[in-house]
Amino acid sequence: MNIHYDERLDGELKSFEKADVLRDLQTSIPSLALLHREEDLRPFECDGLAAYRILPMLVALPETLDEVQTLLKRCNALGVPVVTRGAGTGLSGGALPIERGVLLVMSRFKQILSVDPDARMARVQPGVRNLAISEAAAPYGLYYAPDPSSQIACSIGGNVAENAGGVHCLKYGLTVHNVMRVDIVTIEGETMTLGSEALDAPGFDLLALMNGSEGMLGVVTEITVKLLPKPETAKVLMASFDDVEKAGRAVGEIIAAGIIPGGLEMMDKLAIKAAEDFVKAGYPVDAEAILLCELDGVEADVDDDCETVRAVLEKAGATDIQQARDEAERARFWAGRKNAFPAVGRMSPDYYCMDGTIPRRELPRVLKGIAALSEESGLKVANVFHAGDGNMHPLILFDANREGELELAEDVGGKILELCVAAGGSITGEHGVGREKINQMCSQFQADELTVFHALKAAFDPDRLLNPGKNIPTLARCAEFGAMHVHNNELPHPELPRF
Amino acid sequence: MTDTTTQTAEHDIADALCEQVKKAHAKRTPLRIVGADTRAFYGRPVEGEPLNIAEHSGIVHYDPVELVVTVRAGTPISALEAALAEHNQMLAFEPPRFGAASTIGGAVATGLSGPRRPWAGAVRDFVLGSHVITQEGKLLRFGGEVMKNVAGYDMSRLMAGAQGTLGVLADISFKVLPKPTASHSLKLSLPLSDALKKLAELGRQPLPITAAAWHDGELFLRLEGGKSSINATRDRLGGEALDADFWRELRDLEHAFFTQNNDKALWRLSLPPNTPPLALDIPESDIFYDWAGSQRFVKTSLDAETLRQACQHAGGHATCYTPAAYGGAADPFTPLNPVVEKYHRNLKAELDAHGIFNPGRLYAAF
Repeated sequence: MNIHYDERLDGELKSFEKADVLRDLQTSIPSLALLHREEDLRPFECDGLAAYRILPMLVALPETLDEVQTLLKRCNALGVPVVTRGAGTGLSGGALPIERGVLLVMSRFKQILSVDPDARMARVQPGVRNLAISEAAAPYGLYYAPDPSSQIACSIGGNVAENAGGVHCLKYGLTVHNVMRVDIVTIEGETMTLGSEALDAPGFDLLALMNGSEGMLGVVTEITVKLLPKPETAKVLMASFDDVEKAGRAVGEIIAAGIIPGGLEMMDKLAIKAAEDFVKAGYPVDAEAILLCELDGVEADVDDDCETVRAVLEKAGATDIQQARDEAERARFWAGRKNAFPAVGRMSPDYYCMDGTIPRRELPRVLKGIAALSEESGLKVANVFHAGDGNMHPLILFDANREGELELAEDVGGKILELCVAAGGSITGEHGVGREKINQMCSQFQADELTVFHALKAAFDPDRLLNPGKNIPTLARCAEFGAMHVHNNELPHPELPRF
Repeated sequence: MTDTTTQTAEHDIADALCEQVKKAHAKRTPLRIVGADTRAFYGRPVEGEPLNIAEHSGIVHYDPVELVVTVRAGTPISALEAALAEHNQMLAFEPPRFGAASTIGGAVATGLSGPRRPWAGAVRDFVLGSHVITQEGKLLRFGGEVMKNVAGYDMSRLMAGAQGTLGVLADISFKVLPKPTASHSLKLSLPLSDALKKLAELGRQPLPITAAAWHDGELFLRLEGGKSSINATRDRLGGEALDADFWRELRDLEHAFFTQNNDKALWRLSLPPNTPPLALDIPESDIFYDWAGSQRFVKTSLDAETLRQACQHAGGHATCYTPAAYGGAADPFTPLNPVVEKYHRNLKAELDAHGIFNPGRLYAAF
């Protein structure tokens, strides 16, 4: 797709000169670190979706709340778009800069302000790394539950913006379930606290709305997260299957047995091979699929559950079941899964990671659809899957140096997401819409639903200055791309020009 | 297991509801959204033409293996829970009900959760998607029937607790969970300060506690999980066995604390975990600690200002459960700070431009 902001399709921007904006910001916030030369801007041209690169007009690296407030006030007054960025690990281009906008980088807000073990919460700044929170809580036997694969690098502010997940979501929830309170700055420069350190707050649940809003409603400047006691023990079973469908059914059988595993992951043959070649996790390379099932909690219960799950897996037709004998083997089993993306990266010059979710029962049908798309396009697809919660990560292998292959990969990816929507799922489970999936939003939502999203946006940012061109497509964009739902054979908004 | 769709009380009146909303929007007629009308006490009184949801009932879709149920808003909580129980599943947030007919729509709209809340999560944590009737009388779908979905803004969770002031919940999809295989409730004689200390200490350990309350010299605990861990924890904590019905009484405010000696107003204080007793002139016997101390019910004649200041100072807020007509506070919910209120008004203006949805239910101004 065309990654550049397109005023025809994404909405008009005000006109201003870079030099004037730079001068204005330098004068109004003399202490603010502002980058404006091309060589200084270059490192910020993309986030984790590296195929999309755009140089921002300016990069701001504030260190104080005051600087953030004044920056937003000035940008609001001048009509300058603001894209907020954390660690830049996002996979949907949510922090992709805009040529005529300021990139607001929150990475200098990296203090852990407090850890309160008795109240089991931590107050942190948005630039704190996800894993650093668990490390700070570890001396108290506590941890922060959501663990996206990028947890070593991704920041908690970005986690809030994307409502990040991870391999333990089914049991422990997403970011929205583990954040108690956020402080934000609005586009007008006001500060506002959403949520509370208590378990609820008066008024609308704006905290829930802020989670996953992709920097479109406000800029997060402080976060209070919930901490959990570390489970007494965690054990992992690895089951091999000679058939992907059998593995998929086994997942349902485990849930039907009344067990909610801490993690339940599935990988297909190509992903298994890639991971095994890369980290030597001890995976069975001849299997069509493996399931990793982690059970955590109190030791005695975990032992009971391991027995139950083993019996379920056997009945479901597993060809081999191994239980990690010790912590080292458990870590090795997980290392294969957690390194699946870079492992696939070694097999192919480039890969494109998708993030659709489906009801689990639809897995066989969707996998067949993916295989057909793979065959038709000639691009290989490796499947890793948060099987417990129906979140698929098909990895499309391609070579960007081959003419047209990136576009082909994007096309296959778009079709996979449409398969997910048709199966009753969603185009994104945890990576967000960003710039990447802006067109697919038109297939998931009707014009009236998008109009409600625009209304929510207008309540916070009527001039659409926060992260424009992301997350929610304009109706004009959906009209252009033709994927918009057509109800009762009436084209929604016939008055809109179709380009 | 296969898909289950119950045959009982199947009524889809969404079209009629949309029609009524459309007319109300055109004529600017305020609507009072009513399910079983068991939660009218919770919030300010609403003057308006009734929009009756109770008839819009029945389970639309339930797939136990997917851990997802979609249900019409007018379905009684008891009917939904009975259908889930057939597959040994439950709504983990333990929605309180204030009458046999209490509906699931009302439970989501009021956003109230039961004793398991601090451990399992609140109502909104289990809401996966919804069909909402908008101000123009359109039935729109947000979220879905999958566990993870970050496409678009989280309109469904925004509706939870908004008390119908932003739109009408028609259908709701929930994540459901298996019932725990074992459960044991117990009580220990402990003075308040020791009980709070013990709760903080227990809270830092991976124990299968799913409810904790204190009242009148006794600490009440519920353990839920696998048989082995429940037995081990029961042996460790000791105490006297407690009838599990205690938690239902507490959840539905039917415990003697709530039903007897009601000459004062009933308040709910919501406070951060591990908050010490507040310095308020309220006898200990007029306080019931739930949620390991994060939710406290108090019976008091103290004025709203005094209570709210003490709660706000501790990082929480106070809600009055006694209607103003019976001596409760005129504003049951803690007033919002001016910036937060501004964005509430903006949202209300965007989603309900003519103020037809439950006007004044949360706050007089909107």
